[in-house]
Formats: sequence, structure tokens, C-alpha cells
Amino acid sequence: MKNGDNAKVRKRMSLKQFIIAKRINRNWQLYLMLIPVIAFFAVFCYAPMYGITLAFKDYKVLKGIMGSPWANPWYKYFLQFFQSPYFSRVLSNTIIVSLESLVLGFPLPIILALSLNEVKSIKYKKFVQNITYAPHFLSVLVLVGVIKAFTNSDYGIVNIVIRKLGGEGYNWMQKASLFRPLYVGSGIWQNIGWDSIIYIAALAGIDPGLHEAAMIDGANRMQRIWHINLPGIMPTMVILLILNSGHIMNVGFEKVFLMQNDLNLSVSDVIATYSYRIGIESAQYSLSTAISLFNSVINCALLVLVNTCSRKLSETSLW
Amino acid sequence: MGKGEFEMTKAKKISANHSALDRMSHGDKVFEVINCIFLGIVACIILYPLIYVVSASFSDAMSVTSGKMILWPVDLTLENYQEVFKNDNIMRGYRNSLIIMASGTALNLVMTILAAFPMSRRDLWGRNVLMKLMTFCMFFSGGLIPTYLLVGKTLGLMNNWLALILPGAISVYNMIIMRTYFSTSIPYELHEAADIDGCTPFGTLIRIVLPLSGPIIAVIGLYYAVGHWNSYFSALLYINQENIQPLQLYLRKVLTANNAQALMEMGADEAARAAMRAETIKYSVIVVSSVPMLIIYPFVQKFFVKGVMIGAVKG
Repeated sequence: MKNGDNAKVRKRMSLKQFIIAKRINRNWQLYLMLIPVIAFFAVFCYAPMYGITLAFKDYKVLKGIMGSPWANPWYKYFLQFFQSPYFSRVLSNTIIVSLESLVLGFPLPIILALSLNEVKSIKYKKFVQNITYAPHFLSVLVLVGVIKAFTNSDYGIVNIVIRKLGGEGYNWMQKASLFRPLYVGSGIWQNIGWDSIIYIAALAGIDPGLHEAAMIDGANRMQRIWHINLPGIMPTMVILLILNSGHIMNVGFEKVFLMQNDLNLSVSDVIATYSYRIGIESAQYSLSTAISLFNSVINCALLVLVNTCSRKLSETSLW
Repeated sequence: MGKGEFEMTKAKKISANHSALDRMSHGDKVFEVINCIFLGIVACIILYPLIYVVSASFSDAMSVTSGKMILWPVDLTLENYQEVFKNDNIMRGYRNSLIIMASGTALNLVMTILAAFPMSRRDLWGRNVLMKLMTFCMFFSGGLIPTYLLVGKTLGLMNNWLALILPGAISVYNMIIMRTYFSTSIPYELHEAADIDGCTPFGTLIRIVLPLSGPIIAVIGLYYAVGHWNSYFSALLYINQENIQPLQLYLRKVLTANNAQALMEMGADEAARAAMRAETIKYSVIVVSSVPMLIIYPFVQKFFVKGVMIGAVKG
């Protein structure tokens, strides 16, 4: 085959060229398949991006987005947001809630995965895994419903236990100081198992030879976890950290929104819920769009920043 | 999994050969026990609220609210469920949610396959540009108001279920998982062979790729189905006619607005008892609304995990 004569090569070449020509002729079907896909992205992803111009316009319902006049000055609505008394409150709440979720929610699935990886009984491992994944499938509504029912001042199990221990029961949802612990804690409860899957997968890909060599050299379990497993999943950790950092400003809007009430508004009001109130409830479309745009831009900037840092420091990056 | 066994036999062999390593196996045992206890505690913490909710839904209202019921059902009763099933709103919401979930997931799958298959083909001219345009949507979007104006006003989909299923027809993340599966687990040579035998790309998709992709289609379909079943926010924005609202929206009224009394026909029951009943009925509502997920879960858990792992290949 390698040293085939010229005729053979020519024959193969022409066959290949024939295939390529035929393929180009036939690829129209692939493009046909992509038409609804491209239409979807154009209408539901890129058209709303055009709608972002709202942030720079005085929106008039009758004139639509295109017909509405440009705001004067163009940063009018951004200025209105920055100068509003709520600005510092929603900004700091957003950052604090997300950072708390990230700082507590990021390492715990890793610890769970490392620990699961050390279990020798496969049945026990599967059992624990199945339990920890289950809460992931509950809806946010059910989760918040459960929190509310559990912490109900009269009938909630949490307060029943507190009263039995001699304490005093109260409605946890109405305590501003308890909003963050409940938000972060319930998030960890729901996602610790699910988030650990990716690390378990990464751990399964570590070369067993490394462990063997370390064992012969006298390394104990903790040393092997620390020096082999942890570095082994480092790239996965870095990638996930980068992805999460792109969502710092996107706290789980749906959950915050459901947990919010007048009594905890001082800590639970975040940029997303504020922009919902302004936009959907009081129909100030331009201001609300400006607020979300501010949020998105910061998110993207953070993503790029963290990605650049990571590429410099650890040579792992998204792009 | 297989690795655990491998390690075990290795460890045995090594400890048989090296007396120095015998001491370590003792430390290993201690480690093993502590580790198992730790995981047991984690599992209990995660499991307890789930068991409590199910038990409470089967228990008498008095026992639940007085704290007699701590773990297992006390004074077993089906009263709570009778109240739930008597409620027309919940039944209607259930039906609506099932229809939305089924049609939405079907659309999701068709669109995701239509996107993933061409994108998995190396010979598609313009593939990289398209891919970049799609992934950009993962990180940046128009935001709440522009989308709301587009769907609600421009397209006029207020009070239309299409508003719930069209805007999310393709999840870029799921599309990438599926594309990765297509391009890594189906050899490109198969495409070429099909080409040579005169099969069109469409025929290749139907006759070769889809029959080989059962598991990934199941996984992605279930991701979408769970998403549809659990979503409430788009319904909150676009659906305000009560008779077409999905279940989650009605749940919101019952679970978070302290409105469970609305569920019950207030009869001779005194107010306090009614409030207790209402609290317990909430638990049954939670169980009833989560049943579809609970039924699916044990069967697909394995596949779900695989889906995450395929996704992990591409980060």
C-alpha cells in the first residue's frame, strides 16, 4: 500500500477528490438542518441583544424599541441606577450572597468526591451517591416551600426541636440575619452531590500507577490524597472556578426571589430582583435594562479577568 | 469503581511482599472507618429532610404540628392526599405541566439534534464561526426586559404555552454535550462509509447516528424534562390565565404564600386545626408535585451521571 505505484495513487486521489466534490454537493442538507437552529439563535438570543439598546433609549410603548428616541445623555439610566439609594444595597447584597455561596459551596463537593473515592465497598459508595444526588431534582419552589414549612414559627420541625430544648421558636424566614445562612445552606444541601460528580469522574481518570508508586515509596492515604488526587483534579477545579466566577453577579434569582419578603429585604434584595421589580412590576423598561446590562458586563469582565489570571498562573483556561 | 478493586488487590500484594507496609494497612483501616462514618453522616443530613417530608405527608396533622412525628409517620392517614386530589387546581396544573413538559422536551430534542449533528461534522464549512456564535449566548444574553418584550409583545405569546417552550428550545450546554458524544463515540469513518455508499447526511443521521445515540438522547431529554417540570419563572411572566397555568405556579401560591387554607373547604373545623391541617397538606403537595421526578430518578440516575461526564470532557 505504502509503495503503491503512481497509477494507484492517482486513482486514490481522484477517488478522494470525487468524494470531496460529492460531499460539498451533499452538505446542503446539513445547512438545511441548521436553518431552524440559526433562526432560533437569531430570534431568541441575538434579537434580545439588540433590545439592549433600550438601556440607552427613552422607551415609548407605542413606538417600540426601534422608534423610541435616544436618551439624553446616553448614560441617563445608568446614572439613575448609580445614584439611586438602592444601588449600594443591591450591589453589596449580590456580591456577598454569591461570594458566600462560592466560598462555602465550591470546596464541599470536592471534599465529598475525594472522600467517596476512598470508599472500597462499591455498594456503600453507590448508596451514598444516590442519596446525595436526589435533592438536585427538586424544584426551587419545593425547596423554598420545604424551608418555609420547616422553619414555620408554630409547626415547623426546627422550631419544635428548639422549643423542646428550651429555646424560643420564631419564624426563621422573617429574620434578616438568617436569610444568607438559609440560602447558602439549602444550596449546599441541594447541590453538593450533583456538583461532586464531575470531580468523581476526574478522579477516576487518575493513573493508578501513581498510587502504586507512592505506596511503594511509603506514602499513606492522606499523603496520596494530598499529593496525587488533589493535583489530579486541579484542572477541573480551575475550569469550574472560572465558570463560576462568570456567574458571581448572577445569584440564583429564582430562589432569592421566592425567599424574599418585606422583613428580609435589606439583605435579600439583589441586582436581579431589583431589576425585576423595576422592570416587570413598575414597567420602567429602560432603567431595568440598564441595570441588567451593568450586571452582564461585570459578569463577562470577571470571567475574562479570572480566565486570564488562571492562564498566567496555572496554564488552565477556557480559551 | 474498577479502580477500587485494582487498588485493593495491589495493596494486598504489596503488603504481602513488604513488611514495612503492614503497619500502614492498620492506619488505612482507621482511615477507612472514619471516612465511612463521615459519609454516613453526610448521607443522613441530606436524607433526613426528604424522609421527614414524606412521613409528614402520611401523618395526622395533629401529630406533625405537635412534634410527635420526628422521623417515621405517626397515626398513618391518607387524609392529606385526599384533600390534594380533591383540589381541581392541582389536578389541572398537573395536566398542564405534563403537556408542557412532553411537547417542550420533544421540541428541545429535535432542535438540539438538528444543531448537534451538523456541528459534529468535520466537513461542515463555517463550523467554528457558528460554534463561537452559539457559545457566546451561554455567557451573554439580552436580559430580562428585552426577552420579555420580544416574547410577550413582539411575538404576542402572552398566555400561550409556546412562550414557555420556544425561548429555551436549545440549551447550548446540552447541545455541546450531544455534539461531543456524536463526534467522539461515533467514528468518523462511519460517516465516510455511509457517504461512499451514497447515503445523504440526513440518511446518516436517521440510519446511523440516532440508533447509536440512545443513551445520550435519553440523558439530554431528561435534563430538559426536569427543567420544564421544575420551571416556574417564565410561567410567572407570561401565563396569567389560571386555567392554563402549570403546576409550579399553583405550588407557589400554596407553598410560599401561606395559602394552604385555600386548598381546604373550611367547614366546622376550628381555625387552629385548619391551620395545622394546612401545614401538613403542604407536605403532601410537595410529594405529589415531585412524584414524576421521584419515579424517573432511580431509573436514569446512572445515565445522568454519564451525561455530566461527557460534558466534562469538553469542560
